[in-house]
Order: sequence, then C-alpha cells, then structure tokens
Amino acid sequence: MNLIVSYWVVASVLLPAVMGAAILLFLRHQLVLSRFASIGSCVMLVVAACVLVNEADGGVIQSYAVGNWRAPFGIVLVLDRLSAMMLLVTAVLALIVMVYAISTGTDRKGWHFHPLFQFQLLGLNGAFLTGDLFNLFVFFEVLLIASYGLMLHGQGAERLKAGVRYVIINLVGSTLFLVGVGLLYGVTGTLNMADLAVRVAAAPPGDHGLIAASALLLTTVFALKAALAPLHFWLPGAYAATTGTVAALFAIMTKVGAYSIIRTNTLIFGDAAGDLAHVAAPWILPAALVTTVIGFVGLFAARGLRDLAAWAVVGSMGTLLCAVSVFTVEAMGPALFYILHSTLAGAALFLVVDLIAKRRAEHGDAITLAPRFRQIELLSGLFFLAAIATVGLPPLSGFVGKLLVLDGVRASSQAVWIWTVILTTTVLGVLAFARAGSTIFWKSAAIEGEITLRSLRGKRGGVAAAGALLLTLAGLTVLAGPVTAYTAAAAQQLFEPAGYIDAVLGPRSGGRR
Amino acid sequence: MISLELLVASAIALLTAAGVYLVLRRRTFPVVLGLAFLSYAINVFLFAMGRLVIDRPPIYDKAAEGYTDPLPQALVLTAIVIAFGMTAFVVVLALRSFLETGVDRVDGTPDAESDR
Repeated sequence: MNLIVSYWVVASVLLPAVMGAAILLFLRHQLVLSRFASIGSCVMLVVAACVLVNEADGGVIQSYAVGNWRAPFGIVLVLDRLSAMMLLVTAVLALIVMVYAISTGTDRKGWHFHPLFQFQLLGLNGAFLTGDLFNLFVFFEVLLIASYGLMLHGQGAERLKAGVRYVIINLVGSTLFLVGVGLLYGVTGTLNMADLAVRVAAAPPGDHGLIAASALLLTTVFALKAALAPLHFWLPGAYAATTGTVAALFAIMTKVGAYSIIRTNTLIFGDAAGDLAHVAAPWILPAALVTTVIGFVGLFAARGLRDLAAWAVVGSMGTLLCAVSVFTVEAMGPALFYILHSTLAGAALFLVVDLIAKRRAEHGDAITLAPRFRQIELLSGLFFLAAIATVGLPPLSGFVGKLLVLDGVRASSQAVWIWTVILTTTVLGVLAFARAGSTIFWKSAAIEGEITLRSLRGKRGGVAAAGALLLTLAGLTVLAGPVTAYTAAAAQQLFEPAGYIDAVLGPRSGGRR
Repeated sequence: MISLELLVASAIALLTAAGVYLVLRRRTFPVVLGLAFLSYAINVFLFAMGRLVIDRPPIYDKAAEGYTDPLPQALVLTAIVIAFGMTAFVVVLALRSFLETGVDRVDGTPDAESDR
C-alpha cells in the first residue's frame, strides 16, 4: 500500500482513539479545550475521509497490515470505495452533530460527552475499515459501549429505562455474533474476511450446513443493529428517549448493521460461494418489506416528534434493505446512495425536532396544539425540508434515492412487491408528516400568545447545524450524477470480490481459488 | 462411555438453556445473571471451536509433537474481558435505573401489587 494513504487509513482509527483518551485524561474539567480538541478531531477526520475517498475512487483496493503481520495471520484494514464512502459520511455527520452539541450546550448536560463521542467514532471507523471478522466484533463492541454512555447522556428516568433495554438487547446481540464467528472459525480455521471468502468457496459440502447457520446468525445480529423487523422493537424507544443530538449521531449506527450485511453477504457469502451464495437473502427481503411498512405505519402511532423521527429511521432502513436484499450490482449502487441520503436525512430530522422541542418549553415534542414559539417560521421551513427529504419527495435527495432504488430493483423477480411497498409507504409517510406538521405549525399558529423561555442556548448555532445537514442533502441532490457514478463503481467493486481478496492476501491467492 | 466432547457440549447446552431462560425473565437481576450464563456458554463454545486437545502446547516448543490452536484462546480472552466489563456496567445501570425510577422490570412498567 502507498505509504501516505496508509497513514490516512490508520489515522482515521487512531486519531479518535488518542483524542478520546487525551480528553478523558487531561481535559476532563476544561470544557472549552475539550470542545476545541473534539472539533479539531472531527475536522481532521473529514479531511482524512476526503483524501481516502479520492484515493479509493482510483479503483485500487488497498490493505494495511496492522503491526506488519501479514494476512491472514494479522489483522488488516482494507480501504475500498464502500468503506471510504462510509468514513466520509460518518465524519461529515459527526462534525455537524458536534457543532450542534456544542452550540446548544448538550455536551454540558453530563460527564464525558466528548471522550464518548470520540470513542464512538473510533468504533464506527474501525468497523468500516477492518478486514477481519473478529476485529469487526471488537469494533462493534467499542461503538456499542460508547453508545451506551451517549444514549444515557443527560440521564433522567425515561432515558434510564430505555437504556437498560437498549444495553440488554445489544448484549444478547453480541453473544449471537460470537456464536456466528466461532462457528465460522471452527469450520474454516480463519477469521480474515478475504481468507474466509476463499475457504467458504472451497468448503466441502459436508460443512455447508454449519457455514449456512453461521451466515444466518451473523445476518441476524447485523439485522438487529439495522433494526430489521422483527428485530426493530428496540429502536423507537431508544432513539426517542435519548437526546436529539445523540439520536442524530445514531443515524449512522443502524447503517453499520446495513454495511456489515452488505460486506459479509457480498464478500464471504457472495456469488463465488456456490450453494451458500446469498444464503440470507431470501430472509432479508420479506423482513425488509415488513420493516418498511411497520416504519411508515408507525409514524401514525407517534405521539411526539421524536417518536416520529425514530419510526422514520425504521422505515428508511426497510427501504434501504429492500434494495440491498436483491443482491445485484444494479440495485446495490442505488442502495449505497440511499445509505448516504438516509443517514443525513434521519440526522437532520432529529436535529430539527430537537430544536422545536427546546423552544416549546413544557409542550416539548408532543404533537399537540400549543401556542406559537420562537423562530416558528424558520423552524417550520426546516421541518418541511427535513420531512420532504425523509419521505422522499422532490426536490431533495430522498426522491432521487427512491427513484434509483425503484429503477435498480426492476430486474428482480420480487420487483412488484418492492415497488408496491415503497410507493405505498411514501404516501403514508407524506400523510403522517403532514398531519404532525399541520398540528404543530399550522393549527397552533391560530392560538393566542407565545411560549416564553427563560433562556435559550445556541439560537443560531443549532439552527445553522441543522441547516448544514439539509444543505448536504441539497448537495447530494445537485451532485447526484458524480455520487451515483461513485456508488455504482462501489457496487461493482463489491460484486467482484477477487479484487478485495487479492489486495488482502496478495495476487497469488487468485490461483488458489 | 462419556467422552470429553459430550461433557463439553452438554455443558454449553445447559449454560445456554439457563441463560436464555433467565434473559427472558421480567426483572433485571435474573436477566443480568442470564447474560452472564450466556457469555460463559459462549466462552466454552469458542474454546471448543479450536478442537478439544489434551496436553498439547499452544505456542512453539521444540519437543512438541503437535499443537493446540492458540487463536480461540486469544478470542476467548477478549470475549471474557468484554463480557466482564459489560456485566459490571449492566449491574450498575440496572441499579441506577431502579433507584431513580423505583421499578426493577426490564420493560419499565410499574410493579403490580400482586407480584411484590
């Protein structure tokens, strides 16, 4: 690997690790300095991710052997188009959320917000880069442990109750992950994903049952993280109970599950695996369809805007996994585009909702009639835009994303189902958001008086951060051409795993396959 | 005759069964115990994935005739550390949640008079 590039790859994992530890050890009581350190780290990660996307777009997959232990014995970090893209969207989201947290003072509501935030980024970046299945488990744990802290940030009875459930369900998930990893190791004797791809393809038929069991177990765990029905129950409660800031960052967490499903099911259990090719796909598709329906129907059950945003995340994960579960190049490109869009749109919605809730004093985020509140005109506009993006109406990138997904799945035998579900749920989404928006902004505008607040932190900064997220969505729409070209190339790379395998194990393994 | 494999496999089965049963309980304390049982089961399971071998060294030794697989042992060590930390965290979290909300049920609903 090119030396300079390898520095950037390692930096995107090491920087948040070092910064997190440094803030925890030396800047614990210095809020201003730890804010600077945190923002600095986020900016550096954006720079690193830009460099890496540019590098990955050359089409060469690069692998970095940690500690110079050669694969498959050591752990490798692998940079391809998909992982570079995920790094970039994580870094951009993290930077904006961090600006929001600082300007609204969320980071003062409890201890250790900044170190936890950095460790969360460490886990996320590591999970996207690692080329080793057990290492993926470790990074999952890192990001989960940080997320437990972030989820409980600010505390309060409701949050603690939701926190207990969130932690327990993820611990059970981790246990299943280990069973899947253990089974796969027991059969193949390796944990390096590229090596696994080679060995699974060459596995004797007698081992296929165990490998299939392991593939399904791993997919179950990733589906739990991705909130795929029937494993979505934890999400609305957890995301609605935490602070809006953290929920916005968590928009990327469900995508880690989607990323892992894509990575394992194209690389290890991909087309080369014979009988085992896409063994989980027949399960993912119906689950994804059900998830989409549940998510968008759930919008109507929402009593608060936070619930609304959380159910919208479930719905968008369903839509995304519908496209993923077809497992064709044509559908995967749009799915990757939709990952970018739904991460940013989900986060934007959570931030706007948080801004509204902060200004409505005791009414909070409840979808009820209440007097006008400060900046109601501006916030109604932002809510309108975020809702448009989430549901997938033109002109924002949600529309482009859904259109591409519909077009991408056309060749599938299940296209009728996917089309019906996505189009119907879009109408449901429009209705639900219109209902909530008209209650909060339209009908409430007729009520006399205005909610007065004693103090409001980050009047401009918070709005600017939410606006910045919506601007990135607009950017995604304007630049849809280059971005879709990139995601299509990324999908192409995913479905030609030989390149990945050669990059990790060296060109000779090509002959071994 | 009882073989080593049978003993280990049935131990894993028992631990898992106990763990699953306890995880599905209503109160946090049995759930925490269940999680601990599940992680014990997984540790033994991971260990067995390197095959059960007796009296063989895991690392290089001139006199050795064969080796046992050292990797699962390293994996188990990692899994133990993570599970240990998480169990401690869940205990503290459950305690905190109980003290703050007065409810010791995983679903967060208040206790009925009858099950006190």
